[in-house]
Amino acid sequence: MSKFKTNSRLERVLKSGYFAVTGECGPPRGADPEAIREKGELLKGCVDAVNVTDCQTAVVRMSSLASCLILKEMGFDPVLQIVARDRNRIAIQSDILGAAALGINNLLCLTGDHQKAGDHPQAKNVFDLDSIQMLAMVKRMRDEGKLLNGEDLTRRPQLFIGAAENPFADPFEIRHIRLAKKVAAGADFVQTQCIFNIPKFKEWMKRVVDIGLHEKVFILAGITPLKSVGMARYLKTMVPGMDVPDELIERLKGVPKEKQGEEGVKIAIEMIEEIREIPGVHGIHLMAIEWEEKVREIVEGAGLLPRPQV
Amino acid sequence: MVVGEQKPLEEILKMIEPFDRLIIAGCKGCVAVCAAGGEREVRFLASAVRTARKAQGREIEIREVTLERQCDPEYVEQIRGFVYDYQAILSLACGVGVQYLAEHYGRIPALPGINTTFVGGAEKQGVWSEKCQCCGNCVLHLTGGICPITRCSKSLLNGPCGGSSNGRCEIDPQVTCGWQLILERLKELEQMDRYLEIIPPKDWSQSRDGGPRKIIREDLLR
Repeated sequence: MSKFKTNSRLERVLKSGYFAVTGECGPPRGADPEAIREKGELLKGCVDAVNVTDCQTAVVRMSSLASCLILKEMGFDPVLQIVARDRNRIAIQSDILGAAALGINNLLCLTGDHQKAGDHPQAKNVFDLDSIQMLAMVKRMRDEGKLLNGEDLTRRPQLFIGAAENPFADPFEIRHIRLAKKVAAGADFVQTQCIFNIPKFKEWMKRVVDIGLHEKVFILAGITPLKSVGMARYLKTMVPGMDVPDELIERLKGVPKEKQGEEGVKIAIEMIEEIREIPGVHGIHLMAIEWEEKVREIVEGAGLLPRPQV
Repeated sequence: MVVGEQKPLEEILKMIEPFDRLIIAGCKGCVAVCAAGGEREVRFLASAVRTARKAQGREIEIREVTLERQCDPEYVEQIRGFVYDYQAILSLACGVGVQYLAEHYGRIPALPGINTTFVGGAEKQGVWSEKCQCCGNCVLHLTGGICPITRCSKSLLNGPCGGSSNGRCEIDPQVTCGWQLILERLKELEQMDRYLEIIPPKDWSQSRDGGPRKIIREDLLR
């Protein structure tokens, strides 16, 4: 990992050896660019790059690419998320070329939540490719200048390629191997699912480090601050693959309701501090779901401000 | 086999509402095995329709017939002798059978009495489940004999997504994660190294995405 492959700020931060901070911006259900700008204002100066979700939880939102562009205009280095659920290989490659042409430097390849739990369960899904195949396709576009069908591109998309991994999904024993597949396919960085169960994350990281993956891919640990006991319970019971330990819920229950948010921020900061010490972790991915106003407090509290100028 | 499920009686009654002389045609193939459209189901449905129409004060004449197979021109021809004495055929065969009847008897509407649901098999008495999507390019040798296209809700070829939890799929805790099954089976077969290989993007042109499919066997043509 010597020279820079792209113009990505995230790539520069990581390759310069800084502990990276990425944030997340969920686009609105509407054609309102101000909603993106408002979230952007809250993240300004706090993150090295900002992910823009692609119809997260299979709910219709403003497109990730359009939202990325709004954030780019504000000076951010956006991470375009693309899910395999809604687009086939023709559309994905087309969007990748378009994104690169518009100056998007980072791409996160995802499978995508099934539409059954979304707002259009009657929809037909695509899943032409899976996330691993998508990673390999993008890497080939960037490094070989070829489409999936082997035909040459007139210009290569210079993208810093990301993957996601959920250390808490099952079966646990293949989760680090799945990451290895993603790295072999072309992932430059990986952002994990929200971490609440730190011992389990440590165990996963140990396996990741044992097979040397931390030297091949930048690993950003997913952090989501808990607003309330209700949110913690919701994540635990309603969101598949989410592992929220009971101790955490008990801790939030131990404070009065109006103080639970404050406690959630405190927990997030403590987690970042603990995760920072885990060998092989190169940064955090802070997903403050509809709670972007707390991002500065958390990043500052964890001693991660100011962000490096690279 | 092709597994189907009878449509709700209300839907059937609405479909046949314009008609007073009807053939209900069952099939002794797959749909008889999965108890959706065999001889027995024809009899029960005919009786239910007669009763309902009688209650509406508009009796209906129904001819009950169950063909050997509705997906074979030879058997579909067997009703030619009387088919034009009726106004419509309600087929309890799969979608193939309905289309065969429609193609053979131009002037007579062929109506679907069942919903053709999937290609699968019986789990136990009264329970059937989907096993094959007819993708046209079988990969079962790579995945421990368990189909990722069918059994994984997202048809993933390279392992379970992040929504797999305790062996269950994110779409429904009643649904088993297909990849959990595949991995267990690969372990049992001592083929876990298979999982390390990246399976490349699938050629869906051999699936329905390539348009309606046809097989021509020159050796069998006469």
